[in-house]
Amino acid sequence: MTAELLIFYVLAASALVSALLVVSMKNLARALFLLFVTLFSVAGLFIFCLADFIALTQIMVYVGGVLVLMLFAFMLSNKELLNDLQKGLTGFFALPRWQALIITAGMGFILIHMAINMGSNLPKWVTEAAREGKIFTPTDHTEKHIGLQLMTRYLLPFELISLVLLMALMGAAHLTRKEPKP
Amino acid sequence: MVLSAALFSIGLYGVLSRRNAVLILAGIELMINAAILNLVAFGKFDKVHDAGQVFALFAIVLAAAAVAVALAIILQVYKYYKTINPEDIRQLKD
Repeated sequence: MTAELLIFYVLAASALVSALLVVSMKNLARALFLLFVTLFSVAGLFIFCLADFIALTQIMVYVGGVLVLMLFAFMLSNKELLNDLQKGLTGFFALPRWQALIITAGMGFILIHMAINMGSNLPKWVTEAAREGKIFTPTDHTEKHIGLQLMTRYLLPFELISLVLLMALMGAAHLTRKEPKP
Repeated sequence: MVLSAALFSIGLYGVLSRRNAVLILAGIELMINAAILNLVAFGKFDKVHDAGQVFALFAIVLAAAAVAVALAIILQVYKYYKTINPEDIRQLKD
């Protein structure tokens, strides 16, 4: 039990520290590579929640797809894209840094306060499920479960999401195409 | 849950304070990941319907699609304005 707890805290700490570094790093490439670390640790935390299929999907989609896409997008584009970020301290996203920090601290305080208070009075269905033993145990095979549910109960969202994915694919291809010479 | 809340706050800070559109996208990714972490953590208690894990899958796929479209838009905006600082982009018409 203590080894598990130790691994959990190590994963959580690496996720938090690398996420903090991602948002505070000046260098774009280093920040994106640190995002790798964050996403890997979050995938490890998914395994701790007994959702190994979700963890594998996270690694494949995020680390394999999204981050490679981001890296390619800025490596293939211009080199000035890196340079002109360093100067111009006045222009933030309409907010100076200390205001962003205040808003974030307030939001974080509310969320963490809620999360700590939630420990004593969990929702009713959670306590009921825990009492009736309807929770996942480490020996369960979640993949078969998920596949069955995806094809029966959640068929409509599944199809809708495939449609959205198709639309995103066509939209991205349309946006990035070269304009024909007039 | 505390961890997820902290991750969400860091992502929010990233969105609000960065002046690079790609890193703002990274902050949004962090916030989405925090939400997915909550879904999965409570999905542990839902063995009958598996709602938490299935909707975590949906959220991952939606985030990936959103990133693809957003990167395409950023590249186009960069080609037009020669900057990816959202503060400098003031006009919407061409």
